[in-house]
Amino acid sequence: MTPVINFADKYQRSMMQILSQPWPWWAAGIVIGLTVPALLILGNKHFGLSANLRHACAACLPANIQFFKYDWKKEIWNFFFVGGIVAGAFIASTVLANPEPVQVAPGLAAELQGYGITDFSGMVPAQLVSWESLFSLRGFIMLVVGGLLVGFGSRYAGGCTSGHAIMGLSDLQFPSLIATCCFMIGGFIMANLVLPYIMAL
Amino acid sequence: MSEVKTFQTPVVPDPILAGPTDFEVRSIDTMCINDSQLKHPWWYNFKYSLVGIFFGIAFVKAEIISWFRIQEMFRLQSFHMYGVIGTGVVLGIVSVWLIKKFKIRTIYGESIEFHPKRFSRGQIYGGLLFGFGWAMTGACPGPLFAQIGTGAFVIGVTLLSAIAGTWIYGYFRPRLPH
Repeated sequence: MTPVINFADKYQRSMMQILSQPWPWWAAGIVIGLTVPALLILGNKHFGLSANLRHACAACLPANIQFFKYDWKKEIWNFFFVGGIVAGAFIASTVLANPEPVQVAPGLAAELQGYGITDFSGMVPAQLVSWESLFSLRGFIMLVVGGLLVGFGSRYAGGCTSGHAIMGLSDLQFPSLIATCCFMIGGFIMANLVLPYIMAL
Repeated sequence: MSEVKTFQTPVVPDPILAGPTDFEVRSIDTMCINDSQLKHPWWYNFKYSLVGIFFGIAFVKAEIISWFRIQEMFRLQSFHMYGVIGTGVVLGIVSVWLIKKFKIRTIYGESIEFHPKRFSRGQIYGGLLFGFGWAMTGACPGPLFAQIGTGAFVIGVTLLSAIAGTWIYGYFRPRLPH
């Protein structure tokens, strides 16, 4: 009797340990890759998250702009999908939380320390992503101006990392390859050439 | 319903400058435009929430939503994000190829449709601007939602800002080079 219970208990605990540790890159890659056929097979839906930003504009403030005049209610599946992401993130950060601080590459850690970013306990650096930081010049630029660029750029490009880099490339679309390359080029320029000046503020 | 499918040529010569109908919105911006013609009760959408839950858990557990991982990616200090995106793309390519090859249908029997994307200069200009924002916030739209889910509520401001950015784009769209 008891050995069986012990075995089940042990199995359950080791399973939780595996799930609670940071997952390897391939595990996340598999889940993200399978999202593409899952959405297609469940209802002919094309994976793309930045479209939600557009649907939000269309739903809340269309302001007679042609770009936002369409039947956004047909797209509410995407709001449900995003709701699931928020719920999944909540589960992962509570039930499956990793108690250890985030591992940061030594080179990056050294660089960040020069800008007074020393707290590596969370997924996001508390000294940058916080309400206090938001009201400093550095935090305002990184959180508010950065957000504007994400929203403006993704729609201008016709999609973001999910719509172009995952869904578009999965469908072998050349325009998506161009967009993905430009995402990366923009990121390299910002992170290496511009961000050091912003973080020094 | 069938009139939508047989509709072939756009009424207006340039859908970017003129007002797009639903069909033209699709042709100029195919991302995320609903292809299903079925009408279901609203709660049928919860199946997409389930996919989202798995997706959100993977996002957090593999630290894709971490600002640090994104900085490492752009500084070539870690392979992690390249592995994630690479695996996802390879699996996506295989999946889409299988769906096309075996003409796999949706669970409701509809045929799965793909739309070729049209090149526009927006993919270059917009792509670069998006890249700037991605490196600054350390998050693309998906992780923005997930970060809020982990309790980083200040990212709600970043999300509102991203919605504002999308709105500004919509406002200036006719005057921007495409």
